[in-house]
Amino acid sequence: MLYKKGAEAYLFKEEWYGKLVLKKVRIPKSYRHPSLDRSLRAARTIHEAKILTETRKLGIATPIVFFIDIPNTTIIMEFIEGIRVKELLNNSNINHTELCKKIGRIIGVLHNNNIIHGDLTTSNMILEHESRKIYLIDFGLAEYSTTIESRGVDLHLIHRALQSTHFKILEDCFNAIKDGYAEIIGRQKANEVFQRLHEIEKRGRYH
Amino acid sequence: MICLGIESTAHTFGVGIVAQDGTILANQKMVFVPPKGGIHPREAAEHHEKNAQTVFQQALEEARLKIQKIDIIAFSQGPGLGPCLRIGAVISRYLSQKLKIPIFGVNHCIAHVEIGRLFHNLKISDLLTLYVSGGNTLICAFDQGRYRVFGETLDISIGNLLDVFAREAGLPHPGGPKIEKLAQAGQKFIELPYIVKGMDLSYSGLLTASINKFKEGNKLEDMCFSLQEIAFSMLTEVTERALAHTEKKCVLLTGGVAANKRLEAMIRIIAEEHDAQFYNVPPALAGDNGAMIAWTGLLHAKNENSLSMDETRVKPNWRIDEVKVTWGA
Repeated sequence: MLYKKGAEAYLFKEEWYGKLVLKKVRIPKSYRHPSLDRSLRAARTIHEAKILTETRKLGIATPIVFFIDIPNTTIIMEFIEGIRVKELLNNSNINHTELCKKIGRIIGVLHNNNIIHGDLTTSNMILEHESRKIYLIDFGLAEYSTTIESRGVDLHLIHRALQSTHFKILEDCFNAIKDGYAEIIGRQKANEVFQRLHEIEKRGRYH
Repeated sequence: MICLGIESTAHTFGVGIVAQDGTILANQKMVFVPPKGGIHPREAAEHHEKNAQTVFQQALEEARLKIQKIDIIAFSQGPGLGPCLRIGAVISRYLSQKLKIPIFGVNHCIAHVEIGRLFHNLKISDLLTLYVSGGNTLICAFDQGRYRVFGETLDISIGNLLDVFAREAGLPHPGGPKIEKLAQAGQKFIELPYIVKGMDLSYSGLLTASINKFKEGNKLEDMCFSLQEIAFSMLTEVTERALAHTEKKCVLLTGGVAANKRLEAMIRIIAEEHDAQFYNVPPALAGDNGAMIAWTGLLHAKNENSLSMDETRVKPNWRIDEVKVTWGA
Protein backbone atom coordinates (compact mmCIF):
# COMPACT_ATOMS: atom_id res chain seq x y z
CA MET A 1 0.00 0.00 0.00
CA LEU A 2 1.36 3.43 -0.90
CA TYR A 3 1.93 5.08 2.45
CA LYS A 4 3.51 8.38 1.52
CA LYS A 5 4.72 10.17 -1.58
CA GLY A 6 7.88 12.02 -0.67
CA ALA A 7 9.82 14.39 -2.87
CA GLU A 8 12.38 11.78 -3.89
CA ALA A 9 10.89 8.44 -2.88
CA TYR A 10 7.63 6.56 -2.58
CA LEU A 11 7.07 4.83 0.74
CA PHE A 12 5.02 1.64 0.87
CA LYS A 13 3.69 0.05 4.05
CA GLU A 14 3.80 -3.70 3.44
CA GLU A 15 4.03 -7.14 4.94
CA TRP A 16 7.30 -8.87 4.24
CA TYR A 17 7.84 -12.42 5.53
CA GLY A 18 5.25 -11.78 8.20
CA LYS A 19 6.75 -8.48 9.31
CA LEU A 20 5.32 -5.02 8.90
CA VAL A 21 7.89 -3.11 6.83
CA LEU A 22 8.45 0.16 5.07
CA LYS A 23 9.57 -0.14 1.47
CA LYS A 24 11.35 2.97 0.29
CA VAL A 25 11.66 3.23 -3.49
CA ARG A 26 13.66 6.09 -4.97
CA ILE A 27 11.81 7.03 -8.11
CA PRO A 28 13.34 8.28 -11.37
CA LYS A 29 13.05 12.02 -11.83
CA SER A 30 12.21 13.04 -15.36
CA TYR A 31 13.57 16.57 -14.92
CA ARG A 32 17.18 15.47 -14.60
CA HIS A 33 19.62 13.88 -17.01
CA PRO A 34 19.21 10.04 -17.00
CA SER A 35 22.79 9.32 -16.06
CA LEU A 36 22.75 11.87 -13.22
CA ASP A 37 19.41 10.47 -12.11
CA ARG A 38 20.68 6.88 -11.98
CA SER A 39 23.88 7.68 -10.15
CA LEU A 40 22.16 9.90 -7.57
CA ARG A 41 19.48 7.35 -6.78
CA ALA A 42 21.90 4.43 -6.52
CA ALA A 43 24.40 6.36 -4.41
CA ARG A 44 21.73 7.55 -2.01
CA THR A 45 20.20 4.09 -1.64
CA ILE A 46 23.57 2.55 -0.75
CA HIS A 47 24.48 5.40 1.54
CA GLU A 48 21.20 5.36 3.35
CA ALA A 49 21.26 1.61 4.03
CA LYS A 50 24.86 1.75 5.17
CA ILE A 51 24.56 4.73 7.47
CA LEU A 52 21.20 3.62 8.92
CA THR A 53 22.96 0.46 10.07
CA GLU A 54 26.11 2.22 11.27
CA THR A 55 24.02 4.67 13.26
CA ARG A 56 22.04 1.89 14.87
CA LYS A 57 25.27 0.34 16.11
CA LEU A 58 25.99 3.57 18.01
CA GLY A 59 22.84 3.09 20.06
CA ILE A 60 20.76 5.64 18.21
CA ALA A 61 17.31 4.40 17.27
CA THR A 62 16.97 3.92 13.51
CA PRO A 63 14.84 1.46 11.53
CA ILE A 64 16.46 -1.95 10.95
CA VAL A 65 17.43 -2.47 7.32
CA PHE A 66 16.15 -5.87 6.13
CA PHE A 67 16.95 -5.80 2.44
CA ILE A 68 18.41 -3.57 -0.21
CA ASP A 69 17.91 -3.76 -3.97
CA ILE A 70 20.33 -1.42 -5.70
CA PRO A 71 19.15 -1.78 -9.34
CA ASN A 72 15.64 -0.90 -8.21
CA THR A 73 16.92 1.68 -5.69
CA THR A 74 14.82 0.13 -2.97
CA ILE A 75 15.34 -0.37 0.77
CA ILE A 76 13.10 -2.57 2.88
CA MET A 77 13.24 -1.57 6.53
CA GLU A 78 11.43 -1.81 9.81
CA PHE A 79 8.18 0.16 10.01
CA ILE A 80 8.21 2.64 12.90
CA GLU A 81 4.86 3.37 14.52
CA GLY A 82 4.92 6.79 16.06
CA ILE A 83 4.46 10.52 15.70
CA ARG A 84 6.81 12.87 13.89
CA VAL A 85 8.66 15.43 16.01
CA LYS A 86 7.28 18.06 13.63
CA GLU A 87 3.75 17.37 14.92
CA LEU A 88 4.95 16.92 18.51
CA LEU A 89 6.57 20.36 18.61
CA ASN A 90 3.42 22.01 17.33
CA ASN A 91 1.53 20.48 20.25
CA SER A 92 1.71 22.92 23.14
CA ASN A 93 1.29 20.23 25.84
CA ILE A 94 4.72 18.78 25.28
CA ASN A 95 7.91 19.74 27.10
CA HIS A 96 9.78 21.26 24.16
CA THR A 97 13.09 21.77 25.84
CA GLU A 98 13.35 18.22 27.15
CA LEU A 99 12.54 16.82 23.72
CA CYS A 100 15.00 19.14 21.99
CA LYS A 101 17.75 18.31 24.45
CA LYS A 102 17.31 14.66 23.53
CA ILE A 103 17.55 15.57 19.85
CA GLY A 104 20.72 17.53 20.58
CA ARG A 105 22.24 14.49 22.28
CA ILE A 106 21.39 12.29 19.31
CA ILE A 107 23.06 14.72 16.90
CA GLY A 108 26.03 14.86 19.29
CA VAL A 109 26.48 11.09 19.16
CA LEU A 110 26.25 11.11 15.36
CA HIS A 111 28.86 13.84 15.03
CA ASN A 112 31.11 12.27 17.61
CA ASN A 113 31.23 9.29 15.27
CA ASN A 114 31.86 11.36 12.15
CA ILE A 115 28.37 10.80 10.76
CA ILE A 116 26.66 13.81 9.24
CA HIS A 117 22.95 13.33 8.69
CA GLY A 118 22.65 15.86 5.89
CA ASP A 119 18.90 16.43 6.19
CA LEU A 120 18.09 17.13 9.82
CA THR A 121 14.48 18.26 9.98
CA THR A 122 11.74 17.63 12.47
CA SER A 123 9.99 15.53 9.80
CA ASN A 124 12.90 13.10 9.89
CA MET A 125 12.53 12.29 13.58
CA ILE A 126 9.82 10.02 14.94
CA LEU A 127 8.85 9.41 18.57
CA GLU A 128 8.09 5.68 18.65
CA HIS A 129 4.88 4.81 20.50
CA GLU A 130 6.04 1.91 22.66
CA SER A 131 9.69 2.55 23.46
CA ARG A 132 9.25 6.37 23.55
CA LYS A 133 12.58 6.58 21.74
CA ILE A 134 13.28 9.15 19.07
CA TYR A 135 13.99 7.40 15.77
CA LEU A 136 16.12 9.15 13.19
CA ILE A 137 15.18 8.42 9.57
CA ASP A 138 16.00 9.48 6.01
CA PHE A 139 19.77 9.16 5.70
CA GLY A 140 19.80 9.63 1.91
CA LEU A 141 21.98 12.73 2.15
CA ALA A 142 24.15 11.42 4.97
CA GLU A 143 27.93 11.30 4.76
CA TYR A 144 31.02 10.56 6.79
CA SER A 145 33.04 13.63 7.62
CA THR A 146 35.51 14.83 10.21
CA THR A 147 35.27 18.55 9.47
CA ILE A 148 33.85 21.31 11.65
CA GLU A 149 32.22 22.74 8.52
CA SER A 150 30.00 19.72 7.88
CA ARG A 151 28.94 19.64 11.54
CA GLY A 152 28.10 23.33 11.37
CA VAL A 153 26.01 22.79 8.24
CA ASP A 154 24.17 19.90 9.89
CA LEU A 155 23.21 22.11 12.84
CA HIS A 156 22.30 24.89 10.45
CA LEU A 157 19.79 22.51 8.81
CA ILE A 158 17.95 21.79 12.03
CA HIS A 159 18.07 25.49 12.87
CA ARG A 160 16.57 26.24 9.46
CA ALA A 161 13.88 23.60 9.97
CA LEU A 162 12.90 25.18 13.30
CA GLN A 163 12.94 28.67 11.77
CA SER A 164 10.62 27.75 8.91
CA THR A 165 8.23 25.47 10.79
CA HIS A 166 8.45 26.12 14.52
CA PHE A 167 9.47 29.77 14.68
CA LYS A 168 7.36 30.51 17.77
CA ILE A 169 9.46 28.26 19.97
CA LEU A 170 12.61 28.59 17.89
CA GLU A 171 14.98 29.96 20.49
CA ASP A 172 14.03 27.66 23.35
CA CYS A 173 14.24 24.66 21.09
CA PHE A 174 17.51 25.51 19.45
CA ASN A 175 19.19 26.39 22.74
CA ALA A 176 18.07 23.06 24.15
CA ILE A 177 19.45 21.26 21.10
CA LYS A 178 22.76 23.06 21.57
CA ASP A 179 22.83 22.09 25.26
CA GLY A 180 22.21 18.43 24.53
CA TYR A 181 24.77 18.54 21.75
CA ALA A 182 27.47 20.11 23.92
CA GLU A 183 26.79 17.55 26.66
CA ILE A 184 27.89 14.81 24.28
CA ILE A 185 30.70 16.32 22.25
CA GLY A 186 32.12 18.52 24.98
CA ARG A 187 31.79 22.25 25.53
CA GLN A 188 34.98 23.31 23.80
CA LYS A 189 34.40 21.38 20.59
CA ALA A 190 30.73 22.35 20.61
CA ASN A 191 31.68 26.02 20.78
CA GLU A 192 33.87 25.59 17.72
CA VAL A 193 30.91 24.10 15.84
CA PHE A 194 28.56 26.88 17.06
CA GLN A 195 31.07 29.49 15.95
CA ARG A 196 31.20 27.88 12.49
CA LEU A 197 27.40 27.67 12.42
CA HIS A 198 27.30 31.41 12.96
CA GLU A 199 29.73 31.94 10.06
CA ILE A 200 27.72 29.64 7.79
CA GLU A 201 24.54 31.54 8.52
CA LYS A 202 26.23 34.78 7.52
CA ARG A 203 27.24 33.32 4.14
CA GLY A 204 24.98 32.73 1.21
CA ARG A 205 24.09 36.39 1.24
CA TYR A 206 25.06 39.33 -0.75
CA HIS A 207 28.30 40.91 0.48
CA MET B 1 -1.45 57.26 -4.62
CA ILE B 2 1.55 57.05 -6.94
CA CYS B 3 4.92 55.65 -5.85
CA LEU B 4 8.30 56.15 -7.46
CA GLY B 5 10.70 53.30 -6.74
CA ILE B 6 14.46 53.25 -7.13
CA GLU B 7 16.43 50.04 -7.61
CA SER B 8 20.22 50.03 -7.26
CA THR B 9 21.29 46.86 -5.46
CA ALA B 10 23.85 45.69 -8.01
CA HIS B 11 24.45 46.30 -11.73
CA THR B 12 21.01 47.74 -12.52
CA PHE B 13 19.89 51.28 -11.86
CA GLY B 14 16.12 51.35 -12.29
CA VAL B 15 13.30 53.81 -11.71
CA GLY B 16 9.72 52.60 -11.71
CA ILE B 17 6.47 54.45 -11.19
CA VAL B 18 3.44 52.48 -10.04
CA ALA B 19 -0.11 53.50 -9.15
CA GLN B 20 -2.04 52.23 -6.13
CA ASP B 21 -4.07 49.78 -8.23
CA GLY B 22 -0.88 48.11 -9.48
CA THR B 23 -0.70 49.81 -12.87
CA ILE B 24 2.92 50.16 -13.91
CA LEU B 25 3.19 53.68 -15.32
CA ALA B 26 6.91 53.52 -16.00
CA ASN B 27 9.76 51.06 -15.64
CA GLN B 28 13.11 52.38 -16.90
CA LYS B 29 16.58 51.10 -16.25
CA MET B 30 20.21 51.16 -17.29
CA VAL B 31 22.46 48.20 -16.68
CA PHE B 32 26.16 48.41 -15.91
CA VAL B 33 28.20 46.08 -18.11
CA PRO B 34 31.77 45.68 -16.88
CA PRO B 35 34.37 46.26 -19.63
CA LYS B 36 36.15 43.15 -18.38
CA GLY B 37 35.88 40.81 -15.41
CA GLY B 38 32.95 40.89 -13.02
CA ILE B 39 30.98 43.67 -11.39
CA HIS B 40 33.17 45.90 -9.27
CA PRO B 41 30.87 47.52 -6.69
CA ARG B 42 32.51 50.94 -6.99
CA GLU B 43 32.44 50.95 -10.78
CA ALA B 44 28.77 49.91 -10.75
CA ALA B 45 28.03 52.70 -8.26
CA GLU B 46 29.79 55.22 -10.50
CA HIS B 47 27.67 54.02 -13.41
CA HIS B 48 24.49 54.53 -11.38
CA GLU B 49 25.56 57.98 -10.26
CA LYS B 50 26.30 59.01 -13.83
CA ASN B 51 23.05 57.65 -15.30
CA ALA B 52 20.58 58.27 -12.48
CA GLN B 53 19.35 61.58 -13.89
CA THR B 54 18.73 60.13 -17.36
CA VAL B 55 16.82 57.08 -16.10
CA PHE B 56 14.80 59.27 -13.75
CA GLN B 57 13.79 61.64 -16.59
CA GLN B 58 12.96 58.71 -18.87
CA ALA B 59 10.68 57.25 -16.22
CA LEU B 60 8.79 60.53 -15.72
CA GLU B 61 8.42 60.87 -19.49
CA GLU B 62 7.19 57.30 -19.87
CA ALA B 63 4.60 57.88 -17.13
CA ARG B 64 3.76 61.35 -18.57
CA LEU B 65 3.90 62.72 -15.07
CA LYS B 66 5.28 65.81 -13.45
CA ILE B 67 7.44 65.03 -10.45
CA GLN B 68 4.96 66.83 -8.16
CA LYS B 69 2.45 64.04 -8.86
CA ILE B 70 4.58 61.50 -6.99
CA ASP B 71 3.09 60.74 -3.56
CA ILE B 72 5.70 58.45 -2.02
CA ILE B 73 9.27 57.34 -2.64
CA ALA B 74 10.52 53.76 -2.23
CA PHE B 75 14.09 52.52 -2.61
CA SER B 76 15.80 49.16 -2.39
CA GLN B 77 17.48 49.26 0.99
CA GLY B 78 19.13 45.83 0.70
CA PRO B 79 20.43 43.23 0.30
CA GLY B 80 23.00 44.35 -2.20
CA LEU B 81 26.36 45.97 -2.83
CA GLY B 82 26.91 48.81 -0.37
CA PRO B 83 28.23 51.46 -2.79
CA CYS B 84 25.39 50.77 -5.26
CA LEU B 85 22.71 50.77 -2.58
CA ARG B 86 23.92 54.11 -1.26
CA ILE B 87 23.39 55.81 -4.64
CA GLY B 88 19.71 54.86 -4.63
CA ALA B 89 19.35 55.76 -0.96
CA VAL B 90 20.90 59.21 -1.35
CA ILE B 91 18.69 60.09 -4.32
CA SER B 92 15.60 58.83 -2.49
CA ARG B 93 16.36 60.82 0.66
CA TYR B 94 16.87 63.93 -1.44
CA LEU B 95 13.59 63.45 -3.31
CA SER B 96 11.70 62.70 -0.11
CA GLN B 97 12.92 65.88 1.56
CA LYS B 98 12.71 68.08 -1.51
CA LEU B 99 9.16 67.02 -2.36
CA LYS B 100 8.17 66.60 1.31
CA ILE B 101 6.78 63.11 0.71
CA PRO B 102 7.13 59.87 2.73
CA ILE B 103 9.99 57.46 2.08
CA PHE B 104 9.92 53.65 2.39
CA GLY B 105 12.80 51.16 2.35
CA VAL B 106 12.11 47.99 0.42
CA ASN B 107 13.74 44.58 0.71
CA HIS B 108 14.93 43.70 -2.78
CA CYS B 109 14.06 39.98 -2.47
CA ILE B 110 10.53 40.72 -1.28
CA ALA B 111 10.08 43.10 -4.20
CA HIS B 112 10.93 40.28 -6.62
CA VAL B 113 8.25 38.07 -5.07
CA GLU B 114 5.66 40.84 -4.88
CA ILE B 115 5.97 42.01 -8.49
CA GLY B 116 5.56 38.39 -9.65
CA ARG B 117 2.54 38.03 -7.42
CA LEU B 118 1.06 41.26 -8.79
CA PHE B 119 1.69 40.22 -12.40
CA HIS B 120 -0.06 36.86 -12.01
CA ASN B 121 -2.57 38.03 -9.37
CA LEU B 122 -1.65 35.29 -6.86
CA LYS B 123 -2.62 34.90 -3.22
CA ILE B 124 0.30 35.35 -0.84
CA SER B 125 -0.50 32.16 1.09
CA ASP B 126 -0.62 29.97 -2.05
CA LEU B 127 2.86 30.76 -3.21
CA LEU B 128 6.28 29.11 -3.13
CA THR B 129 8.91 31.28 -4.81
CA LEU B 130 12.23 30.27 -6.32
CA TYR B 131 14.25 33.44 -6.74
CA VAL B 132 17.43 32.97 -8.76
CA SER B 133 19.80 35.76 -9.75
CA GLY B 134 23.37 36.99 -9.75
CA GLY B 135 23.19 37.80 -6.05
CA ASN B 136 20.52 35.52 -4.61
CA THR B 137 19.40 31.91 -4.71
CA LEU B 138 16.49 31.30 -2.40
CA ILE B 139 13.28 29.40 -1.94
CA CYS B 140 10.73 31.14 0.24
CA ALA B 141 7.08 31.12 1.17
CA PHE B 142 4.90 33.36 3.31
CA ASP B 143 3.89 32.05 6.71
CA GLN B 144 2.59 33.93 9.74
CA GLY B 145 3.65 37.44 8.89
CA ARG B 146 6.95 36.82 7.12
CA TYR B 147 8.53 35.29 4.06
CA ARG B 148 10.24 32.22 5.51
CA VAL B 149 13.32 30.84 3.83
CA PHE B 150 13.01 27.13 3.04
CA GLY B 151 16.25 26.78 1.20
CA GLU B 152 19.13 28.90 -0.03
CA THR B 153 22.69 28.69 -1.20
CA LEU B 154 25.33 28.10 1.44
CA ASP B 155 27.95 29.99 -0.55
CA ILE B 156 27.66 31.57 -4.01
CA SER B 157 24.49 32.23 -6.00
CA ILE B 158 23.48 30.38 -9.16
CA GLY B 159 23.99 33.51 -11.28
CA ASN B 160 27.43 33.98 -9.79
CA LEU B 161 28.28 30.35 -10.60
CA LEU B 162 27.28 30.81 -14.24
CA ASP B 163 28.94 34.22 -14.63
CA VAL B 164 32.26 33.20 -13.10
CA PHE B 165 32.43 29.97 -15.09
CA ALA B 166 31.66 31.93 -18.27
CA ARG B 167 34.38 34.43 -17.46
CA GLU B 168 36.94 31.69 -16.84
CA ALA B 169 35.91 30.09 -20.14
CA GLY B 170 36.44 33.40 -21.96
CA LEU B 171 32.77 34.26 -22.50
CA PRO B 172 31.74 37.91 -22.02
CA HIS B 173 29.48 39.16 -19.20
CA PRO B 174 26.67 38.26 -18.55
CA GLY B 175 27.54 34.61 -19.00
CA GLY B 176 24.19 32.95 -18.26
CA PRO B 177 22.54 33.41 -21.68
CA LYS B 178 25.72 32.36 -23.49
CA ILE B 179 26.04 29.22 -21.40
CA GLU B 180 22.40 28.41 -22.15
CA LYS B 181 23.03 28.71 -25.90
CA LEU B 182 26.22 26.62 -25.84
CA ALA B 183 24.56 24.00 -23.64
CA GLN B 184 22.05 23.27 -26.41
CA ALA B 185 24.95 21.95 -28.53
CA GLY B 186 26.38 19.89 -25.65
CA GLN B 187 26.12 16.12 -25.93
CA LYS B 188 28.43 14.49 -23.46
CA PHE B 189 27.40 14.51 -19.81
CA ILE B 190 30.45 15.18 -17.66
CA GLU B 191 30.25 14.24 -13.98
CA LEU B 192 30.57 17.19 -11.63
CA PRO B 193 29.92 17.58 -7.88
CA TYR B 194 26.26 17.62 -6.92
CA ILE B 195 25.88 19.17 -3.47
CA VAL B 196 22.55 19.38 -1.70
CA LYS B 197 22.36 19.66 2.08
CA GLY B 198 18.82 19.32 3.28
CA MET B 199 17.03 22.09 1.45
CA ASP B 200 20.18 24.15 1.03
CA LEU B 201 22.71 23.86 -1.75
CA SER B 202 26.32 24.70 -2.37
CA TYR B 203 27.80 25.85 -5.67
CA SER B 204 31.39 26.77 -4.88
CA GLY B 205 32.75 23.22 -5.32
CA LEU B 206 30.82 22.82 -8.56
CA LEU B 207 32.36 26.04 -9.85
CA THR B 208 35.94 24.97 -9.08
CA ALA B 209 35.40 21.50 -10.55
CA SER B 210 33.83 22.93 -13.71
CA ILE B 211 36.72 25.31 -14.29
CA ASN B 212 39.21 22.47 -13.78
CA LYS B 213 37.37 20.10 -16.12
CA PHE B 214 37.24 22.81 -18.76
CA LYS B 215 40.98 23.45 -18.44
CA GLU B 216 41.59 19.72 -18.79
CA GLY B 217 40.35 20.07 -22.35
CA ASN B 218 36.67 19.13 -22.26
CA LYS B 219 34.54 20.78 -24.96
CA LEU B 220 32.96 24.05 -23.84
CA GLU B 221 29.54 22.95 -25.16
CA ASP B 222 29.67 19.76 -23.07
CA MET B 223 30.84 21.72 -20.03
CA CYS B 224 28.00 24.24 -20.33
CA PHE B 225 25.51 21.41 -20.81
CA SER B 226 26.72 19.44 -17.78
CA LEU B 227 27.09 22.51 -15.57
CA GLN B 228 23.51 23.57 -16.31
CA GLU B 229 22.15 20.06 -15.83
CA ILE B 230 23.82 19.67 -12.43
CA ALA B 231 23.25 23.18 -11.11
CA PHE B 232 19.59 23.27 -12.16
CA SER B 233 18.89 19.73 -10.94
CA MET B 234 20.13 20.80 -7.51
CA LEU B 235 17.80 23.80 -7.58
CA THR B 236 14.89 21.69 -8.77
CA GLU B 237 15.48 19.07 -6.12
CA VAL B 238 15.43 21.56 -3.25
CA THR B 239 12.42 23.35 -4.72
CA GLU B 240 10.61 20.03 -4.92
CA ARG B 241 11.46 19.27 -1.30
CA ALA B 242 10.13 22.66 -0.24
CA LEU B 243 7.01 22.11 -2.32
CA ALA B 244 6.41 18.67 -0.80
CA HIS B 245 6.98 20.17 2.66
CA THR B 246 4.79 23.28 2.31
CA GLU B 247 2.14 21.84 -0.05
CA LYS B 248 1.73 25.21 -1.77
CA LYS B 249 -0.55 25.52 -4.80
CA CYS B 250 1.63 27.80 -6.93
CA VAL B 251 5.32 27.90 -7.82
CA LEU B 252 6.77 31.22 -8.96
CA LEU B 253 10.10 31.35 -10.76
CA THR B 254 11.74 34.76 -10.78
CA GLY B 255 15.06 36.64 -10.88
CA GLY B 256 17.50 37.09 -13.75
CA VAL B 257 18.24 33.35 -14.11
CA ALA B 258 14.50 32.64 -14.47
CA ALA B 259 14.90 33.53 -18.15
CA ASN B 260 16.74 30.22 -18.68
CA LYS B 261 14.44 27.85 -20.58
CA ARG B 262 16.08 24.67 -19.29
CA LEU B 263 15.56 25.73 -15.67
CA GLU B 264 11.99 26.74 -16.44
CA ALA B 265 11.28 23.32 -17.98
CA MET B 266 12.64 21.52 -14.91
CA ILE B 267 10.68 23.57 -12.39
CA ARG B 268 7.54 23.22 -14.48
CA ILE B 269 7.84 19.42 -14.30
CA ILE B 270 8.02 19.30 -10.51
CA ALA B 271 5.21 21.82 -10.13
CA GLU B 272 2.98 19.60 -12.26
CA GLU B 273 4.01 16.50 -10.34
CA HIS B 274 2.87 18.13 -7.11
CA ASP B 275 -0.36 19.51 -8.62
CA ALA B 276 0.86 23.07 -8.31
CA GLN B 277 0.49 25.79 -10.92
CA PHE B 278 3.71 27.03 -12.45
CA TYR B 279 4.26 30.75 -13.03
CA ASN B 280 7.19 32.48 -14.63
CA VAL B 281 7.81 36.21 -14.40
CA PRO B 282 8.52 37.92 -17.74
CA PRO B 283 12.15 39.10 -18.06
CA ALA B 284 11.35 42.84 -17.80
CA LEU B 285 9.92 42.25 -14.32
CA ALA B 286 12.00 39.21 -13.31
CA GLY B 287 15.31 41.03 -13.59
CA ASP B 288 16.11 43.90 -11.23
CA ASN B 289 13.81 46.85 -11.90
CA GLY B 290 12.34 49.94 -10.29
CA ALA B 291 8.68 49.00 -10.70
CA MET B 292 8.98 46.12 -8.24
CA ILE B 293 10.43 48.52 -5.66
CA ALA B 294 7.67 51.08 -6.26
CA TRP B 295 4.95 48.45 -5.97
CA THR B 296 6.39 47.01 -2.74
CA GLY B 297 6.69 50.56 -1.40
CA LEU B 298 2.95 50.96 -1.92
CA LEU B 299 2.33 47.72 -0.01
CA HIS B 300 4.41 49.01 2.92
CA ALA B 301 2.57 52.34 2.82
CA LYS B 302 -0.80 50.65 3.36
CA ASN B 303 -0.24 49.85 7.03
CA GLU B 304 3.09 51.37 8.01
CA ASN B 305 4.60 54.70 8.86
CA SER B 306 7.28 56.04 6.56
CA LEU B 307 10.95 55.85 7.56
CA SER B 308 12.74 58.61 9.41
CA MET B 309 16.00 59.74 7.83
CA ASP B 310 17.95 57.68 10.39
CA GLU B 311 16.10 54.57 9.36
CA THR B 312 17.00 54.93 5.69
CA ARG B 313 20.53 53.65 6.16
CA VAL B 314 21.24 50.87 3.63
CA LYS B 315 21.31 47.23 4.75
CA PRO B 316 23.70 45.26 2.51
CA ASN B 317 23.04 41.96 4.33
CA TRP B 318 19.31 42.38 4.91
CA ARG B 319 17.59 39.00 4.97
CA ILE B 320 14.13 38.46 3.53
CA ASP B 321 12.93 36.81 6.77
CA GLU B 322 13.81 39.86 8.87
CA VAL B 323 11.00 41.89 7.32
CA LYS B 324 7.50 42.00 8.80
CA VAL B 325 5.07 41.62 5.94
CA THR B 326 2.26 43.89 7.09
CA TRP B 327 0.14 43.36 3.99
CA GLY B 328 0.04 39.58 4.30
CA ALA B 329 -3.03 37.78 5.55
